[in-house]
Amino acid sequence: MLTAIFEQSSLFLQQLVNGITLGSIYALIAVGYTMVYGVIQLINFAHGEIYMLGAFLGFSLLSGFFGFGLPFGLAVAVSVVVCALAGVLLDIVAYRPLRRAPRLAALITAIGMSIFLQNLALLIWGGQIQSFPQHTIPPFLGEPALLLGDVVVSWLQVVILTTAIFLMLALHLIVHYSRIGRAMRAIAQDKTAASLMGVDVDRVVSYTFALGSGLGGAAGILVGLYYNAVYPTMGYFAGIKAFAAAVLGGIGSIPGAILGGGILGLAEVFGGGYISSSYSNGIAYAVMILVILVKPTGLFGRQQRDKA
Amino acid sequence: MPLLKLKNIHYYYGNIHALKGVDLEVYAGEIRTLIGANGAGKSTTLMAISAILQPQQGEILYHGTSLAGRAPDEIVKAGLCQVPEGRRIFPGLTIQENLEMGAYCRRVKAAIVADLEMVYELFPVLGERRRQAGGTLSGGEQQMLAIGRALMSQPQLLLLDEPSLGLAPLMVEKIFSIIERIAGEGITILLVEQNAHAALNLADYGYVMETGRIILEAPAADLLKDERVKEAYLGE
Repeated sequence: MLTAIFEQSSLFLQQLVNGITLGSIYALIAVGYTMVYGVIQLINFAHGEIYMLGAFLGFSLLSGFFGFGLPFGLAVAVSVVVCALAGVLLDIVAYRPLRRAPRLAALITAIGMSIFLQNLALLIWGGQIQSFPQHTIPPFLGEPALLLGDVVVSWLQVVILTTAIFLMLALHLIVHYSRIGRAMRAIAQDKTAASLMGVDVDRVVSYTFALGSGLGGAAGILVGLYYNAVYPTMGYFAGIKAFAAAVLGGIGSIPGAILGGGILGLAEVFGGGYISSSYSNGIAYAVMILVILVKPTGLFGRQQRDKA
Repeated sequence: MPLLKLKNIHYYYGNIHALKGVDLEVYAGEIRTLIGANGAGKSTTLMAISAILQPQQGEILYHGTSLAGRAPDEIVKAGLCQVPEGRRIFPGLTIQENLEMGAYCRRVKAAIVADLEMVYELFPVLGERRRQAGGTLSGGEQQMLAIGRALMSQPQLLLLDEPSLGLAPLMVEKIFSIIERIAGEGITILLVEQNAHAALNLADYGYVMETGRIILEAPAADLLKDERVKEAYLGE
C-alpha cells in the first residue's frame, strides 16, 4: 500500500520535472510568436522553422556537418545569433513588403515561408533524423543532477530550465528598461503615435524579430539536445504548440506566453503520462480551446479591435 | 522665408480627394491656426506634414528644403513634432515612459532628464503621477501628457491637432493658456481646431478650410470680424 503511494508520487514528481522542462522550452518559442504579434499583429507561422533552424545549426556546428566543428558554447552562441539574423531577414524579405496589405496576405505568406524553410532544410540536411554525436555534447549533461528516490533530474534538464529562465529575465529587462524595449511596447499600443514620436518602426520590428528568433533558435538547440533528434519538420508541431501556448496566455502578452508555455508543457506531459502518450499533441489544443472558451482573449490578453 | 510651406498639396484616400491643392505657410515664432468643420481635411494636412501620409502631388518645404521622401522619424528629428488628434498617448506606458518616448530621437541623457523636469514643472499633475500608467489619466491630463511628450522632442514647430477636443471648458482654457506659454518660449505653433473662437483669439494668423481647400486666410483678428467666418464657425 505504502509503496504504491510512493510509486505514485514519484511518478507524479518525475512528470512534474519533465513537464516544467518541456514547458520552459515552449515558453521560449511562444515568446517569439507573441512579441511579433504584439508589434505587427502577424502570426509568424515560420517561427517554428526558425526553431528548427536553431536545432540544425547547433547540430551542424557541433558535428562538423559544414566541414568544421566548434566547441559547445561557441556553437550554441553562433546558432542563436544566426537564428536572430534569419528572423530579421525573414521579416525584411517576406513580411515588410506586405505591411500595408490586408492581414490575410501576410498570414498566407507566413505559412508559405514555413513550408519553404522546411523544404530548404530538407535540401540541406536531408529528411532523416539526425542525432548529436556523443562526443560533441559535454558528458555531464546526461548525468543526474538530483536523485530523489526514483525521481531523476538530469543536468540537461537543469541547464534547459536555467537557460530558459535566464533568457526570459534578460528579455524582461530589455522590454521594460531599454530604449528599444520601450519603443516595442509603444508600437504595440499605437504604431502611428510611435511614428509621430520619431520611432523608426521598421527598425524596431527588426529588433523584435531578432529577439524572438534568437530565443526560438535557443529553444531549438535545447530540444535537439533533450530528445537528441533533429529533423526538418520538427518545427511544425513545436511551433503549433507554442502558438497554442501564446494564444492561451493571451497573444501579445509576454508573461502570458511564458505562463501558457508552462501550462502546455505540464498538460502535455501529465496527459501523456496519465491518459495516453498518443494524445499528447491533441492535449495541447484541448487545453487551448478550454481556456479560449472561458476567456476568449487568453489569460493575460487585452480586448482588441479587429483590424483585419 | 517661411519656416514651413505647403505648396499645392493633394491627397487621395483611394478615390476620395481629401486635399485639393492646399497652400499654407507658417513663419518662425508665430501661432497659426487652421480651422474648419469635421472632415474638411485638417488632420490629413497635419498627417501629410508629419509624413504619415504621402501626398500624391505638391511639395512641403521646411526651412526652404523639400521634405519629400522623408520618413516620419526624420521629420521629428528635423524639429517638427505633432500632438495628434485624440491625444494618442501610450496607455500602458507610465507617464514618465510616455515622456521618454517623446525624447526617442535624442541621445543626450542629461538634457533629456532636464527637459523631463521642465515638463513636470509645466504640468505638475504629471510629475505627481510619473509612475502611473498613462491610461489612468483624465482626458485633460492626457492632453497635457500628449503636449508634454511632444515637447520632449525639442520641436521648433509644434503641430497641434484639436487639443480642446472633448474637454470641459475650464480645461480648454487651461490647455490654450499652456499653448500660449509654449509659444512664448519661442516654439512656432500650427494649431488645428474646431473651436474657432478660442483658436482665432490665440493665433496670429488663420486659415479656414472647407472640403479639402483653404477658402480663406487672413490675420486672426480679421477673421474674427469676417462675416462668413462669424456665421459659419463662430455661431454669431
